[in-house]
Amino acid sequence: MPFDVYLNVAVSGVLTGLVYGLMALGLSVIFGVVRVVNFAHGEMMSIAMYLAVVLFAGLHLDPLIMLLPISAVLFVFGYILQVRLINPFITRPEYTQFLLLVALAIIIVNTLLIIFGPDARTIQTSYAYDSFQLGSLILDAPKLYAGAAAIVFAAALFVFFRFSLIGKAIRACADNYTGALVVGLDVKHLYALTFALGAACVGAAGVMMTLIVDVTPTIGPTYTLLAFVIVITGGLGSMPGALIGGVLIGLTEALAGLLFTPSAKSMFAFGILVLVLLFRPQGILGKRAT
Amino acid sequence: MADKFVAKFARLVARLTGGLTLRSAGLLVALFAALLAAPYLVNDYLLTVLIIILYFAYTGQAWNIMMGFAGQLSLGHAIYVGLGGYLAASLFVRFDIGPWFGVLAAIPVAVVCGAIIGFLAFRFSVAGVYFAILTIAFAEFARIGFDHLDVVNASAGLFLPVGQYVHNDLWRLRGNPAMFYYVILAATVLIFILCRLLLKSRIGYFWLAIREDEQAARATGIDTFRYKMYAVMISAAATSFAGVFYAFFYNNLFPEQVFSIFRSIEIILGPIIGGVGTLFGPILGAFVLTGLAETLNSTLIALGVDLPGAKQVFYGVCLLFVIVALPEGVWPPLARRLGLAGDSR
Amino acid sequence: MTFLLTLDNVSKRFRGLVAVDAVSFEVPEGSLFAVIGPNGAGKTTLFNMIAGALAPDAGSIVFAGAPIHGLPPDAVCRRGVGRTFQIVRPFAALSVEDNVIVGALLRRNDIDAARERAQALLRRLELYDKRNQAASTLTLPDRKRLEVARALATEPRLLLLDEVMAGLRPTETDRMVAILRTLNRESGLTILLIEHVMRAVMALASRVVVLDHGTMIASGAPADVVRDPAVVQSYLGAEVL
Repeated sequence: MPFDVYLNVAVSGVLTGLVYGLMALGLSVIFGVVRVVNFAHGEMMSIAMYLAVVLFAGLHLDPLIMLLPISAVLFVFGYILQVRLINPFITRPEYTQFLLLVALAIIIVNTLLIIFGPDARTIQTSYAYDSFQLGSLILDAPKLYAGAAAIVFAAALFVFFRFSLIGKAIRACADNYTGALVVGLDVKHLYALTFALGAACVGAAGVMMTLIVDVTPTIGPTYTLLAFVIVITGGLGSMPGALIGGVLIGLTEALAGLLFTPSAKSMFAFGILVLVLLFRPQGILGKRAT
Repeated sequence: MADKFVAKFARLVARLTGGLTLRSAGLLVALFAALLAAPYLVNDYLLTVLIIILYFAYTGQAWNIMMGFAGQLSLGHAIYVGLGGYLAASLFVRFDIGPWFGVLAAIPVAVVCGAIIGFLAFRFSVAGVYFAILTIAFAEFARIGFDHLDVVNASAGLFLPVGQYVHNDLWRLRGNPAMFYYVILAATVLIFILCRLLLKSRIGYFWLAIREDEQAARATGIDTFRYKMYAVMISAAATSFAGVFYAFFYNNLFPEQVFSIFRSIEIILGPIIGGVGTLFGPILGAFVLTGLAETLNSTLIALGVDLPGAKQVFYGVCLLFVIVALPEGVWPPLARRLGLAGDSR
Repeated sequence: MTFLLTLDNVSKRFRGLVAVDAVSFEVPEGSLFAVIGPNGAGKTTLFNMIAGALAPDAGSIVFAGAPIHGLPPDAVCRRGVGRTFQIVRPFAALSVEDNVIVGALLRRNDIDAARERAQALLRRLELYDKRNQAASTLTLPDRKRLEVARALATEPRLLLLDEVMAGLRPTETDRMVAILRTLNRESGLTILLIEHVMRAVMALASRVVVLDHGTMIASGAPADVVRDPAVVQSYLGAEVL
């Protein structure tokens, strides 16, 4: 196959991977700070995707415009979820928290199934078939916009955590829970804020994803698993790791789809997961858990 | 020689029944009698529901060996169901080999699969939630793999020949629901007995120690790697039988369904709702969950409402409720109420 | 006099920190041997290396004539070394009796035989009356005794006790000292203990080793060690007993 095809597929994979990365970033932030394994991550993303679909169908609002409002909705959802449901479980054994979110995931997926039915929905924007040409490279417009939006969103999040006061407070909680309590930080509120931010990330990623794929109720679990693969590969608790992991997985998936059958491409993601869990469980950029 | 055997058998029975109060023994006998008589008391639809209940009681108990006893959370148990089912079904469809031989073939395959997962996980210290994710990954791998495996018809599905059978053929598992009912009832009773014996044996004690505190168990001389492997392999073997049963009862297998993560979650719902680590938990959980779900289904159908996914929402809500409000499951508090507590093992 | 346990130049470092620095000593069989020193001196790290929870970076640990450094904890236990933990780790959901049965099952296959042995040990450690209680319901002193019982059930030749007196009131300390003395006298069990409670050290130990910042700064009979100026300065303080 000519090099051009590989290049195009690779770039397409990288762009999709950036969106994956943003999704995984949300998971990484949640796990890195609140230490909750959010098994309902992909399902939260599918909520955002359906919101985008419904708003587009009803009000013809472009997903990119709806990016911020829908993230805000997910933000609130995440905050409430953390405060009401997850907080009481911080002290319970790990697998109980995990199963709590599994239950939530099941409820979300099937409620969406009841409301929207199993058929796929798509968003056909005005620029859905546009593309940019860069030499032999043909860039799909929706994918390009999605990838760009992902970078912007992720950058905003980095800046927030690095430079803002609240961001530093959150990082303090992650580093040392007791210490944070001792200096008077409202840890419960900060945890909820963090979960909300993670939810907002995944909400934004979901909206961007509607530009790339069709929406069905059952993609939730697929994305949850993908998010885990990315976060574990890139390093649990490492924000750059999530993005790098996302791009890596997006790239691998795209190339695997090209070289082997497209439907088997997620097998590679799982293969990578198994290898990482065995040989480098802290991921590429993660720190070894003590 | 013979009297040694009799003595051993007597001790086995003593161990099996030791600790049982008259009350709990009585309830057990009553329950068993009711289950034995069921095909004569209920219609075909309810009998099918009972079969499904017992199927989940059985698989839940098999899963419980890994989780409730040895403390290893597997969320990919559907892989053993799928492997067992596909292997036995393939042997039947291609070579006309009966299901009981299929079981003999399925068990080693499942054991090897479990051993691989266990070895990779335990040698490399993959534990807790990471272990759960690893098991999910393997099940998904199998799902996608079988979806592309032409020798079993890939995603189009594998079908077993269903003819009109005049009489019940236990050997080939072709027959009316009552026959399937007794097969799964026998299996459930047997695995119950097996679990009880295991728990009261040396391996059971070591499993519980590992579940409670693996480091302390190692410091007490237990080779935790070996015993965790035993748990995984026994659980896998037992679950593969469920796969064979499933294949011959439903007569069709689709990778998307059989290996699906939803199936794996269905398997764990019974034990979690009933009570992980207890003997009765999986059975009670299966009864409660499936019973209520089928009631919901029938009500919806009677009302003329068709909501695909309603049953799963119900499962999710039940799971949520149990985790939030009944952390030990339904059985322990119930047992205490009924005065059956003391030996929940 | 044979040495049951010999440590030769055992060292361990964690990243930049040297936790244990070339420590060597010999524990005679049948003796009561104490390791003392300020917090952070490396005592528990030393124990963990003997028990197999950690592997030393250098040096050797020889038990009953065979090297055990680098072996995993369960293998070390099977060789005959029992241990307790600084922060007790009972099998919480199991009964007191079952906790000890788990230990006894190391050397016996039969549950009934294991139960017999467990009950004998529980009687000895004054826990027999509570044998059917869940371990999680026990008070701290009882949990400590349970941990000792469980370790003893594995029929060790050497028992490692990590701060087993911590958190006990003086009367409970005396009780534990009496139990340990009797065990040592009757069965010849060698006991190696980490201890801060000097009352227990003076009452029990025939030999003491003092660690500070990972190195051994003194060793000998208890009476001599507590008067050693280096020990007084680094650990005990001017007023001693």
